[in-house]
Amino acid sequence: MAAVAHDASGHHDDHGHHEESFVSKYIFSQDHKMIAKQFLMTAIFMGVVAMLLSILFRIQLAWPGESSDFVSFFLGDTWAPGGVMKEDMYLGLVTIHGTIMVFFLLTGGLSGTFSNLLIPLQLGARDMASGFLNMLSFWFFFVSSLIMFGSLFIETGPAMAGWTIYPPLSALPQAISGSGLGMTLWLFSMAIFIASSLIGSLNYIVTVLNLRTKGMTMTRMPLTIWAFFVTAILGVLSFPVLLSAVVLLIMDRLAGTSFYLSDIIVNGEMLTQHGGSPLLFQHLFWFLGHPEVYIVLLPALGLSSEVIATNSRKPIFGYRAMIGSILAIGFLSFIVWAHHMFITGMNPFLGSVFVFTTLLIAIPSAVKVFNYITTLWKGSIVYTPAMLFAIGLVSTFITGGVTGIILADAALDIAIHDTYFVVAHFHVVMGLSAVFGMFAGVYHWFPKMFGKMMNTRLGYAHFWVTIVGAYGVFFPMHFVGIAGAPRRYYDYTVYNDFDPATGDMMMDLNVIITMFAIFAAVGQLLFLFNFFYSVARGPKTVQNPWSGTTLEWTTPVEHIHGNWHGELPTVHRWPYDYSKPGYDVDFVPQIVPLREGEEEGH
Amino acid sequence: MVTKLVILLVIVLGVVALAQLMRVYELSSKLTKKVESDISNRDNRFNAKMMMAFMVLLFGGFIWLMLKYGWTGRGIAASVHGRETDWLMDLNLIIIIAVFFLTNALLFGFAYKYVKKPGVPALYYPHNNKLEMIWTVVPAVVLAVIIILGLRVWNTTTDPAGKEAIRVELFSKQFDWTARYSGMDNKLGRFDYKLTHEENNPLALMTTETIDSAILYMEDGYLNTKSIHYLETTLNDPNIVMNSDDRDLMMVELSRRERLIRMLYQMKKRHDDKIDTNAYDDIIQTDTLYLCVDQEYEMNFRSKDVIHSAYFPHFRVQMNNVPGMTTRFKFTPDVSTEEMKKIKGDENFNYILMCNKICGGAHYKMKMLVEVLDAKTYDEWMNGVYRKDGKGKYVLDNKGKKILLKRGKVHEATFAHTYKKGENTLLPTTTQSELEALKVELEKKANLDIPSTDGN
Repeated sequence: MAAVAHDASGHHDDHGHHEESFVSKYIFSQDHKMIAKQFLMTAIFMGVVAMLLSILFRIQLAWPGESSDFVSFFLGDTWAPGGVMKEDMYLGLVTIHGTIMVFFLLTGGLSGTFSNLLIPLQLGARDMASGFLNMLSFWFFFVSSLIMFGSLFIETGPAMAGWTIYPPLSALPQAISGSGLGMTLWLFSMAIFIASSLIGSLNYIVTVLNLRTKGMTMTRMPLTIWAFFVTAILGVLSFPVLLSAVVLLIMDRLAGTSFYLSDIIVNGEMLTQHGGSPLLFQHLFWFLGHPEVYIVLLPALGLSSEVIATNSRKPIFGYRAMIGSILAIGFLSFIVWAHHMFITGMNPFLGSVFVFTTLLIAIPSAVKVFNYITTLWKGSIVYTPAMLFAIGLVSTFITGGVTGIILADAALDIAIHDTYFVVAHFHVVMGLSAVFGMFAGVYHWFPKMFGKMMNTRLGYAHFWVTIVGAYGVFFPMHFVGIAGAPRRYYDYTVYNDFDPATGDMMMDLNVIITMFAIFAAVGQLLFLFNFFYSVARGPKTVQNPWSGTTLEWTTPVEHIHGNWHGELPTVHRWPYDYSKPGYDVDFVPQIVPLREGEEEGH
Repeated sequence: MVTKLVILLVIVLGVVALAQLMRVYELSSKLTKKVESDISNRDNRFNAKMMMAFMVLLFGGFIWLMLKYGWTGRGIAASVHGRETDWLMDLNLIIIIAVFFLTNALLFGFAYKYVKKPGVPALYYPHNNKLEMIWTVVPAVVLAVIIILGLRVWNTTTDPAGKEAIRVELFSKQFDWTARYSGMDNKLGRFDYKLTHEENNPLALMTTETIDSAILYMEDGYLNTKSIHYLETTLNDPNIVMNSDDRDLMMVELSRRERLIRMLYQMKKRHDDKIDTNAYDDIIQTDTLYLCVDQEYEMNFRSKDVIHSAYFPHFRVQMNNVPGMTTRFKFTPDVSTEEMKKIKGDENFNYILMCNKICGGAHYKMKMLVEVLDAKTYDEWMNGVYRKDGKGKYVLDNKGKKILLKRGKVHEATFAHTYKKGENTLLPTTTQSELEALKVELEKKANLDIPSTDGN
């Protein structure tokens, strides 16, 4: 509303001049650019935590039962007596790693940072529709992050039921220690997180629909905005369902209801809860859970569309097909959730329906991939670090996407459900792609966020270490999975009891995977150093460092309230006029009017 | 401690060194007037070459992994439907590996080839409907084939089992498996979780006797500090002083028990003792699951506490065990353990049943050996644990647990019907006369006091 009010008052020149206190500028800021940075910083912190957790449990998997100083340093004697982590804590680490990565880094962090930064800037708005709600969204996110992080330090340990927290395991503290206070904190943290996500998403939707500047029609919006817009819609439609799942689980745990519980005897105690269904939770969870995959992925795809077009110096190929794909993926993502449940005892006919809908998603995904590849074709590629990560994203999107075809096939899923094949699949297609998209975004829009440049060479090193490390971690995992290794196992030496040859293979690969994981994790220090060093001391940027066409590069380098001095810019063309014949420069910004007789690009 | 300090020191020094390097780099950039956003041709070409190098590494790594580890572990399927699954899997793998190579080659190839060359502008090429139509339709056709083939296999796999299939139940709890064979009548006895008794009726089978004993135990079980009798006596004893929290807890527990006993009485009233025999001949197996080669099995899955998942990787079988519901899967093992050992060339190989749904700390240890026997050996084993007269030869041990005698060796098979009518071994300290009195009282209650809240 602030932006609208400013617009109406017409005193644009005042923006940026009024004094702000430290608190209102850096802490309880209502400025979308500052909020974006707050999201990014929080997400980076959470991401580092989650990465560290993964290294801890990777050490256990590669060298089970061996004492490790590193493990004992972080877990201490309570959770890792003698430097060997406890079984329960292993599950706790896996659970919190997944939760943080999926929700806090790739949902909160990715959408929070870039939707906030780019929606007003690329649409020509002075700020989000509601600055106050935007601030609230961040602070809910922050509080939920703190609770989730804090749950690692309590006596009974964090939630340990896997990031999907299937009841009854997550409902019964008698079943595992993490289902006590740890799970309660998990649930409350997620409830707050969902509130944050909802507030944010509503804000994004309203901003996209109402605050586009003059000339910015829906079909002139950059693909980033289309991706954020559809992501926000997915979030609004699906997160409330997760909230209901969470609330019902809280009721089962604290109020003795039996939504998810029936006929259970745990630790010799007969529960009276009767008539509930654990599958209800799975339906509710995956009704969010599957769109969630695209909530994570679409913004990354949007960011990379922008980065690839800019750095190939070519228009994105098939702009309308790209929008169509985003919409199709968004729609289909709501009718595929039960492919996570083929072997839960669900009616096989229902399974067939979900096989069909799930495999349909491959079509718009294929369209996107081929459009990216064609965008590179006959381009004039400039390798900024962002471009490297965007190409990395396309590669992981392909590699992880094709394995999805196997998992979506119910008949095949029987054999590999819940094995490492699944872990490999979703880490590559969702984890790596989204993280690569996020890195591409950070490198590309760092000058916009901080007015400074990141070091390019360190960026190169970071990318090559990351992609080699990432493929090194997740490629061998497919083979462990095809061999039938169940996920969430604490120790694969159990194979020695019945199939030592397979056990040896798994241990070999586990060592390789862990080595690459450590390599990739150390590589992230390059990024952290580059990022924070450049925030503090990086060289000043020019206004339009990558010669982009979109509106954010027409704003002044220093941040001002309201984004533009004077009038808001007017848009005259689509955002991808790169290397357009008839122009001297290889990019034509959206604010340049069409020449007489000139046709718009699509 | 010292090593930790050293590590910390190294990290700090590393960061400082990196910062110094950055400053040198910055100064030299300033001297050469290099702007960070201008990417030099050298850098572009370097990264383009790296793209090609990485592609070679990626493809090479994949081929190496495929050759070295591609077939370990998975092996051939050991069940009839599993062979179809594997055929479909191979077909899908061929398709996706082809797509993987093709598209990644295009991606990295273009990334290499179309790096910026000074003076060569990019082609302005915003769209081409024909091309887009091709890569919408081609994947759609391929997917249609995949879907049709996949659903065919899925349907045959999930179809109901034939009449000849042996019914076996796999019961799961933290952290072990119990198998229950349906016995001579090929009918599994019914169950209800409220009848569970950890020692005498761990699988909660429903027979006239187990219902009676559950009622007895609930009302006045030996050493059962949660029996209704005990709770009522304690709560009403004027000599016992309790704080109000403990009293509240006890009241809650009492009302919980009363609710359960009401349901038990309803169960007793409805129970038809004709079905008792279904349970009597069931065979319970806790160490190894024996299966007969080329015999179809209809497996039922049940869980006592949390969700588990019965995963037989070698048979390509997996089904969740969900508390509160029974799930099923049918399959026919068609390679015996002995044959598989020969195929694998590994004497130590055994089929396995693993838990594949996170179920608690010892999840990874929850497994059961599976042995697929040839028909003759299987029958021998069956006859060993189960005599054809349908009763089995067993003796009672001092805890009332049945011990089945098998060829001079003591073979344990915890029968569900742990006692016959009239010889209650549940309440060892209760004398026979007391027991009779209790039973009379029980009968009376069962006939008179059945609450009318039916269907509860």
